[in-house]
Amino acid sequence: MSTGFDVIVIGGGHAGCEAAAAAARMDARTALLTHRFATVGAMSCNPAIGGLGKGHLVREVDALDGLMARVIDRSGIQFRMLNRRKGPAVRGPRAQADRGLYAAAMQAELRATANLTVIEGEADNLSMAEGRVVGVRLTDGRELAAGAVVVTTGTFLRGLIHLGERSWPAGRIDEAPSLGLSVAFERLGFALGRLKTGTPARLDGRTIDWGAVEMQPGDDPPEPFSTLTERITVPQVSCGITRTTAATHAVIRANVHRSPMYSGQIHSRGPRYCPSIEDKIVRFGDRDGHHVFLEPEGLDDPTIYPNGISTSLPEEVQAALIATIPGLERARMLRPGYAIEYDHVDPRELDPTLETRRLKGLFLAGQINGTTGYEEAAGQGLMAGLNAALRAGGGGAFVLDRADGYIGVMMDDLVTRGVSEPYRMFTSRAEYRLTLRADNADQRLTGRGLALGCVGEARTAQHHAKMAALANAKALTQALTLTPSEARKHGLTLNLDGQRRSAFALLAYPDIGWGDLLRIWPELADIEPGIATHVEIDAKYDVYLQRQRADVEAFRRDEALVLNNIDYAAVPGLSNEVRQRLETHQPRTLGQAARLDGITPAALGILVAYLRRTARQVAAS
Amino acid sequence: MALAGQLPPPRTAHLAALRDGESAIIDQGLVLWFPAPGSATGEDVAEFHVHGGRAVVAAMFAALLRVEGLRPAEPGEFTRRAFENGKLDLTEAEGIDDLIHADTDRQRRQALRHLQGLLGHRAEDWRRQVIEAAALVEAGIDFSDEGDVPDDLAAPARARIEALRDDIAAALAASARSERLRDGLTVAIAGPPNAGKSTLLNALARREAAIVSPYAGTTRDVIEVQFDLDGYPVTLLDTAGMRETADPVEQEGVRRARARAAEADLVLWVCEPQDRTLPQEPDWQASVWVIRNKIDLDGTTLEKGEAFAISAARGDGMTDLLAAVARFASDYFGGDNALISRTRHRVLLEEAGTALGQALAELEPELVAEHLRVAAQCLGRITARIDVEDVLDVIFRDFCIGK
Repeated sequence: MSTGFDVIVIGGGHAGCEAAAAAARMDARTALLTHRFATVGAMSCNPAIGGLGKGHLVREVDALDGLMARVIDRSGIQFRMLNRRKGPAVRGPRAQADRGLYAAAMQAELRATANLTVIEGEADNLSMAEGRVVGVRLTDGRELAAGAVVVTTGTFLRGLIHLGERSWPAGRIDEAPSLGLSVAFERLGFALGRLKTGTPARLDGRTIDWGAVEMQPGDDPPEPFSTLTERITVPQVSCGITRTTAATHAVIRANVHRSPMYSGQIHSRGPRYCPSIEDKIVRFGDRDGHHVFLEPEGLDDPTIYPNGISTSLPEEVQAALIATIPGLERARMLRPGYAIEYDHVDPRELDPTLETRRLKGLFLAGQINGTTGYEEAAGQGLMAGLNAALRAGGGGAFVLDRADGYIGVMMDDLVTRGVSEPYRMFTSRAEYRLTLRADNADQRLTGRGLALGCVGEARTAQHHAKMAALANAKALTQALTLTPSEARKHGLTLNLDGQRRSAFALLAYPDIGWGDLLRIWPELADIEPGIATHVEIDAKYDVYLQRQRADVEAFRRDEALVLNNIDYAAVPGLSNEVRQRLETHQPRTLGQAARLDGITPAALGILVAYLRRTARQVAAS
Repeated sequence: MALAGQLPPPRTAHLAALRDGESAIIDQGLVLWFPAPGSATGEDVAEFHVHGGRAVVAAMFAALLRVEGLRPAEPGEFTRRAFENGKLDLTEAEGIDDLIHADTDRQRRQALRHLQGLLGHRAEDWRRQVIEAAALVEAGIDFSDEGDVPDDLAAPARARIEALRDDIAAALAASARSERLRDGLTVAIAGPPNAGKSTLLNALARREAAIVSPYAGTTRDVIEVQFDLDGYPVTLLDTAGMRETADPVEQEGVRRARARAAEADLVLWVCEPQDRTLPQEPDWQASVWVIRNKIDLDGTTLEKGEAFAISAARGDGMTDLLAAVARFASDYFGGDNALISRTRHRVLLEEAGTALGQALAELEPELVAEHLRVAAQCLGRITARIDVEDVLDVIFRDFCIGK
């Protein structure tokens, strides 16, 4: 049997779901190939979405009409805006999810998506013809034809679980790894790397002494992720906080030689920002204790995720160390924590569309590219899905750059620098952090999505209305002005320089807020509070935003110089070292070349001169 | 406009008195005005042709930098702009490629020298300090939800930023005095009486600046001659012959000679052809070169490596000696483009210092971080690139991150 699709997405994780839905929104006939539909949208590690940097990614996925924000809004059981007391540019929305509700909401979204077919089965190999992917062969012998294929197999590529002295091949703890595709990737010649990550034990919440731990409630009212969500209706819960003790550390020290990380069983690199508890004790052992966050996995589910004690120590050691933590003395372990090693493809094999350079029509997204996190996966899935649809439709590319959003930062980091540990987003990775905020993701990206055609009707109407209201509000605050002496009558102290200042300019003063403006200009009361908040933020950062605009212009000038099919050996004046680096990495633009290690300003000057000369020769001939 | 008083007609050389604002004339020079797009880069270009003295060029730079929006070009920036505006007019692109390459090779060597000279190893140290301060601020932003990152990182970050700002300000104050460029390279000619010091001075300066006579002790005071050696300002001092003497006037001359030689950057110790002993002058900080003079009298030939053998009167060996002094001057001033790149460095340092000051004036961590990013960029352009990975490395080294 042979069935034809425009886009086939392999894998039903967070990257796969977004990729499939994005391709389908682009009107591509799309298939989502997954082992079991019932596991689609599963949260295999911490049941939480968002966080610092990650929350930005979710908002950007939403801005392009992706799923993740809407799904967490319908399944989140504790919402918190992180860094609430800091500036808007570094606030990050985060929510604890009900694992079951999340998967159900995701599955419902996919079922409701037009142009999308879900196929249960396992991919065995890619079908190729004339140097490009033309379909997928399944282990049961089925062949599916496709214009483009998105592979989002996460840790399934030769996954190897470690638990104490034992190890066995697996994807997630009770699912089989994907051996066929791993072999296929190796045969295609992709550079593969090996990474490691881990997860803590799960506990039975009914056996935890909640009276002995500190409780942390969420925000009230909870702030939704999606601009399409009016308010959160899921019941909200609190999380617990406890700490490891000297006794915990003693148990770990006595058994650290049995951890596969320290016994030499694991060689690959784990994330520095998500160390196992044995790592924390070995590296920061002088601390008297480390925080453990007790996060419920669901409203009707007693499972508790003890965030902070990821470990691969043997099961009985895990039980012993958990019993030393206040509140967990009698906690029952539902299943042990473990570490997993897996293959990933060196993301420098990819274009910023996430299409492989080696094989046209093949796109990779998510953990297979060496990233970690649901949000990083979703952002890549979205981009891969959109670009796969464009590829199947005959061409075009949708690329976001470092000045467009966190998704662009991530794409560029991956394809330019590669990864040496599982890649996670941080706000500090974004040069234009003050410009790229979680609160303005829709203002930055929804227009791009509309132009591309991946934004549905509901969001389109809402977006146009919001942008018009914003423009009005900004124009009004810039038109209303007063002199310093007039301001003084309203109780505001300004420099008595005779200069008229606009309402917008006044907002830049740290001690002047929207409330003060309302007293001076009652007509501003017509502006709804949500819009006023945006104006306030833009005004507060205005001087910085202007400077960043200049920086962005310079950055984009370099990005506009495309390095296409350059024979670096024929470029006179390049040092051997520089030439080798350029040949290896094949940067797409001058800007990307500049971000590679070891590329000197001199080399960039030579490239510019060379580009100009070849352009002239082409023009002359 | 600000310098020349008025805009000359396009593409016409125009003689103008160049002034620094309202104050004194810097130089009388030619001004050319190329309005866009008819210029080398395709943008508005003004050219100032001034006299080559370093003091003039330095004053021009200072005056230009006071104009809002002006800054020194980055390496290769003119070529870059010309390219971007479709104006690059390269008859021989290979030639330009080579030029760019050669240019930056020299810049790299020069940058290294500058790091050892003007900035010491401090630029690298400053860069490290910005990274450390930024790591504290960024840890407070990106890992504020982690239980194991302390709450108040602002205070230690501020302490580091303050120390760094003061350090950079002090370095700027020191370099602003720019003594070397103002005073030039000082070369003292010293040695026993009647060794031919004044003859050498005259030969070097090519004019009769010092009275030359065959009698010992002719030069009783210190004679100074300033001359231009390959574009570098050099002050030559002819000193009284150093010998024990009862003549009080000559004694004073010898004392002054010793003092000036002690302050010089280079001492040419002139002696008889057979003499190979270095002067016993522990106070001298300068390099001392032994110059065996008068080889025309005893027929000594130049021996390779250990000393100069010349005849100042006849001219033997003078070319080599001049070339050696010129090389010394070039090293001393830090190479050809020293003035320009120093100005560039100074501007970058000033920008970094301003950004650090702004960081201290801010309370919001994301704005502190933004100013630190600018400071780091400026310092990074002096030394090497800095990027976020450096900051993250420090965060993960110093804090126990990860729930």
